[in-house]
Amino acid sequence: MTDWLQHLPVLPILVPLAVAAALIPIDERERTLKGSIGFTSTVIVFVVAVILMATAGEETLPGAGVYQLGNWPAPFGIVLVVDRLSALMLCLTSGLALAAQVYSMARWHTAGHHFHSLLQLLVAGVNGAFLTGDLFNLFVFFEVMLAASYGLLLHGSGPLRVKAGLHYIAINLAASSLFLVGVSLIYGATGTLNMADLSTRLAALAPEGRMLVETGAAVLGIAFLVKAGMWPLSFWLPTAYAAATPPVAAIFAVLTKVGIYVIIRLNLLVFGTAAGASAGFGQSWLLAGGMATIAFGAVGVLASQAMGRLAGYSVLVSSGTLLAAIGLGHQEMIAGALFYLVSSTLTIAAFFLLIELVERGRDAAADVLAVTMEAYGDFDENEEEEEVGVAIPGTMAVLGLCFSLCAVLLSGLPPLSGFIAKFTLLHGLFDVPTAGQARTISAADWTYVALVILSGLAAMIAMNRIGIRTFWASIEGTIPRVVVIEITPVVVLLAACVFLSFQAGPAMRYMQATADDLLNPAGYGERVLSAPRAGGQ
Amino acid sequence: MELILSAGIGALTASGVYLLLRPRTYQVVIGLSLLSYAVNLFIFGMGRLRVNAPPILEPGGVGDLAHHADPIPQALVLTAIVIGFAMTALFLVVLLASRGFTGTDHVDGREQRGD
Repeated sequence: MTDWLQHLPVLPILVPLAVAAALIPIDERERTLKGSIGFTSTVIVFVVAVILMATAGEETLPGAGVYQLGNWPAPFGIVLVVDRLSALMLCLTSGLALAAQVYSMARWHTAGHHFHSLLQLLVAGVNGAFLTGDLFNLFVFFEVMLAASYGLLLHGSGPLRVKAGLHYIAINLAASSLFLVGVSLIYGATGTLNMADLSTRLAALAPEGRMLVETGAAVLGIAFLVKAGMWPLSFWLPTAYAAATPPVAAIFAVLTKVGIYVIIRLNLLVFGTAAGASAGFGQSWLLAGGMATIAFGAVGVLASQAMGRLAGYSVLVSSGTLLAAIGLGHQEMIAGALFYLVSSTLTIAAFFLLIELVERGRDAAADVLAVTMEAYGDFDENEEEEEVGVAIPGTMAVLGLCFSLCAVLLSGLPPLSGFIAKFTLLHGLFDVPTAGQARTISAADWTYVALVILSGLAAMIAMNRIGIRTFWASIEGTIPRVVVIEITPVVVLLAACVFLSFQAGPAMRYMQATADDLLNPAGYGERVLSAPRAGGQ
Repeated sequence: MELILSAGIGALTASGVYLLLRPRTYQVVIGLSLLSYAVNLFIFGMGRLRVNAPPILEPGGVGDLAHHADPIPQALVLTAIVIGFAMTALFLVVLLASRGFTGTDHVDGREQRGD
């Protein structure tokens, strides 16, 4: 490993942070320049994430993928840890950020100031949260991410966004207080904040200390569950996501997954099988809450009139499916859950971007707002010539195709990755581990199966209804005018889902390797705690 | 000392939560501030309460817990104070924007009937 490659893990945080700061003094009228610089930065992060993903977990030596900031060893210094899961999440985040960024450069970045700086800060915060190896820096990166997300939610301004932003900020500040209480309780009881160190110390803890740690973990969990949108902590989510501008809503699709990521991480690492009496702590709460979230989200999906709210409730369904899958505690389901996480995040982000393009046709003010728009396809000439021949303009055809892909993915119908994700989840549920120890399928398992399938049905009904109303209605209003760089991110995100469907084998192998890593907390602890300092001892 | 500190944290938290649930944005801001004070004191308390114990090593001094206070919670508190302060400032800006848009300081942007 060369010197340069050693510093790869810190780049996904440093590059966006530096670029965000560098973009601020550039004049706001140079938006395209700012966008291009931001785009380049996110491309760098994406490439680094892909390299990290390709190399993560290849070496099992102590110290592989552990980056010691300030060259202090793990329990004392601050470490960044790259494993398969964090590399995967980095890749997902930067991919979504790229899509949102390209999309915003058509028009949305003109709606307010410093859009590109805020987006870079958000990427830095999210990446930091995925990479950090200790709880307090998780808090710091969470706050970086949240501060940027407040600014992004308010981007474009207007009474609706300010009202949604007010609620969003208030609930997240309250959740941050809980986060700190949880972190300090855990520190007070165990004397460490490093996650790897924590996982090794928990088993040997006295009962009174264990009680404090569990209380701390529960309080901490509430803070993450607010972010992940578990019912009943999720009432802010559909409103806030529907009020955000489309590129912001698309990148927000990954914010709920940050909450899920931390819960997966803590649940499997700290409260894994090695945790003694605390093993599996809080799983029954996750299960009940996750199931309630699926039900609430499915009802919300059915009840939504506007597409923005439908997408918001789809986020809840996705969160609920993942939380309940963690709560069931079957080890065979983790790989499927990770696949579902990636697939559903990509789908929902694409859907958020698509909504505005589709609804633009109805909104007369949208055309006034448009700065530079060129027609997608060549329907302009056709339209002038005739009224009979071409029934569906090119734009509507492309949008309709993307919409139906979203519908298939959201409802989990074959042949796309939404189906594969749900199938692997349920396959893991029914997969009896080894011969001899037959596992009974409990009532909770059956309820979960029913909820997952019914939520898919709800999504299908709702998407059908909205699709018919939008695309099969008589096209007498304005046909949405869509710029190529607006539809491209949607197509690319959906193409990523299609790619996941065709390459499901290699993808699932990666997810399975990730799950195996996660189920081996001792290996993670060993790797982090015995990592040698750079440059010898 | 323990009693005073815990009573103080309790009083701050209770007032903070009460104000957080009020319908006026300004009350919410003050509630969040009080809550963050309570949390900061709580973090500080988690390093155990010690009198006359410095959190840093002096040159030539012995580094053991009998003579020193735990420095980590103090560092954590500093970070938390800075972040909490910045967030309160940001929230105030949003409060003013909301007030400018809606002409009311109700958190929902409109007065409830019967308030």
